[in-house]
Amino acid sequence: MYVETKLPFNQEYIQAISKDRNEPGWMATLRSKALEMANSLDMPKPDKTKITNWNFTDFQHSNKEAVKITSIDELPEELRAYFDGDASMENLYIQRNQTAAYNSLSQELQDKGVIFTDIFTAMNEHSDLVEKYYMNDAVAVDQNRLTALHGALMNGGIFVYVPRNVQIKEPLQAVFWQEDTDSALLNHVLVVAEEGSSVTYVENYISHNDTEETVANLVTEVFAHDNAQVAYGAVDNFAEGTTTYVNRRGVAKHDARIDWALGQMNDGNTVSENITYLMGENAASDAKAVSVGRGKQTQNFTSSIRQFGKATDGYILQRGVMKGSASTIFNAIGKIEHGATKANSEQESRVLMLSEKSRGDANPILLIDEDDVTAGHAASVGRVDPLQMYYLMSRGLEREEAERLVIHGFLAPVVAQLPIESVRKQLTQVIERKVY
Amino acid sequence: MSSTVLEIKNLHVSIEDKEILKGVNLTVKSGEFHAIMGPNGTGKSTLASAIMGHPNYEVTEGTITLDGEDVLEMEVDERARAGLFLAMQYPSEISGVTTSDFLRSAINAKREEGDEIPLMNFIKKLDRDLEYLDIDKNMATRYLNVGFSGGEKKRNEILQLLQLHPDIAILDEIDSGLDIDALKVVSKGINQMRSENLGCLIITHYQRLLNYITPDFVHVMMQGRVVKSGGPELAKRLEAEGYEWVKEELGIEDEETTEQNA
Repeated sequence: MYVETKLPFNQEYIQAISKDRNEPGWMATLRSKALEMANSLDMPKPDKTKITNWNFTDFQHSNKEAVKITSIDELPEELRAYFDGDASMENLYIQRNQTAAYNSLSQELQDKGVIFTDIFTAMNEHSDLVEKYYMNDAVAVDQNRLTALHGALMNGGIFVYVPRNVQIKEPLQAVFWQEDTDSALLNHVLVVAEEGSSVTYVENYISHNDTEETVANLVTEVFAHDNAQVAYGAVDNFAEGTTTYVNRRGVAKHDARIDWALGQMNDGNTVSENITYLMGENAASDAKAVSVGRGKQTQNFTSSIRQFGKATDGYILQRGVMKGSASTIFNAIGKIEHGATKANSEQESRVLMLSEKSRGDANPILLIDEDDVTAGHAASVGRVDPLQMYYLMSRGLEREEAERLVIHGFLAPVVAQLPIESVRKQLTQVIERKVY
Repeated sequence: MSSTVLEIKNLHVSIEDKEILKGVNLTVKSGEFHAIMGPNGTGKSTLASAIMGHPNYEVTEGTITLDGEDVLEMEVDERARAGLFLAMQYPSEISGVTTSDFLRSAINAKREEGDEIPLMNFIKKLDRDLEYLDIDKNMATRYLNVGFSGGEKKRNEILQLLQLHPDIAILDEIDSGLDIDALKVVSKGINQMRSENLGCLIITHYQRLLNYITPDFVHVMMQGRVVKSGGPELAKRLEAEGYEWVKEELGIEDEETTEQNA
């Protein structure tokens, strides 16, 4: 049976947005072509999760200005927890709905040529630079219906640019706060690290729509040129009403490194793709992700590292905790292409089940087109070890406290990777809240 | 000074429907050190595990009480908070949880909410105990028992004993796999705790440990029962002569023979 779903957005609407934002011509064209494709392309097909009944295409799309933020006190308590207590609010971007509500970058980094600004300003001020990377080599507009929809309707995001040989020690932090409960977020994060540079970037997504239904369609593109290093941390925390498609991709050149630490704590249905292309010799990536599933949510997490370069090193680590009647699929895919001699590929997926009705699948997959390589994978789905519980309880810890220790311990290998202390603490609290 | 009595009466315990303990009687009071000896496979460790509430062991008959309270009705954590402690033969490894975080949680589990141990007091006491047991300070920040050597695990069990101050401590083969230096350190730790306030049940296969910790009472277990009790001299005779004489004296036949006849 074929059901024709006509998108509720037309070319006039798309062009009006582009004009509103004063976008360069290439972006107006990209939006227009993307909308055409969105009407004909297929939906993504996450392995082992049926998403045909999920609503990804019918939503309110907003482009309106929200009030700017001048001080951290204007943020709700829940958000303030994401910053350090003595935060200088430097090297920080806060997006309120579709508005760049707060943006600061230290003078030192500005002087070095670092760009850390919202995606629309970036398109105006650095049009050529953004055009070079935007939806070309990492996430293509025509990948599927949702990436095309993203291309057409993108309404927020940030551009991070680190010039050649600039090493940024302090992390850059972005907070995407979807305050409107009924409008969709189509956010685009573009990170470019030029040769020999390094940067740590951490983002948080937050929304509060427990009952109102909406959509998040997110794209991240990371480029690490020769010898560059990018450490990318995230805590996704969309409320139950949001159906999320998040596509985070990285491209690493010679001797470059992209490390991911993703805390995937959405309460709604989620499809997440995290794909890293190791193109250059000696390129490396650690892709680590944690997730807690609760209630009735269904989630699908795919982490993939595709290795084209010789002596590349890819390591995927997924850890998930399932409770309630949540259902989650973890796919960890290592792919070594022909010619990538001396490459090493490892995947580890582990799922801890806390309830009878929850469901978790861990699927490590190795695809190898080359002989001279090393690879390994491990997977497990299980319950909390009764002997661990016995040991901890034999020292007087109550069952719940013992279980809490085991769960935090189980997730620690990923949580500990998040580069900002306050974000680590916040993720720990979110985990706590989701588990209990 | 408190006085605590652990009383075990006619205890029968099975694992996967196989009966291991067949009617154990034993009483341990504050200030008393009891040693339980016996050949391998006679139920010594089963007794320790059953007292603490190991999930794989099923008590089919008999009672265990602590100051008259029914221990078998208690959850494992309740037993611990009531004053029982078991130094385990095979402690679990808990990844992601540091030894010091775990210790602090365990200490606070026994205290009232709002009366948690002040961090500085905890660190001071921990440092002192680590030094006393000749344990590398890094162990406190390592994940609980993960990658620990056999000797480190045993020392960690004794460290917990020192930190948690139970009323009745059960030490399950705390000496197994230890070299002589480690054995001395572990014994030193146990002896430091020895007082009128601590009752102790030491389970050991070898008399060696009892050279360093002198028991008040020695019990011999065979075929799931305590078959002989005496003073420290009993341990010495067992070391010198083995267990055959006990069997002969009591007319105990080897289990294999019994089963063949059955």
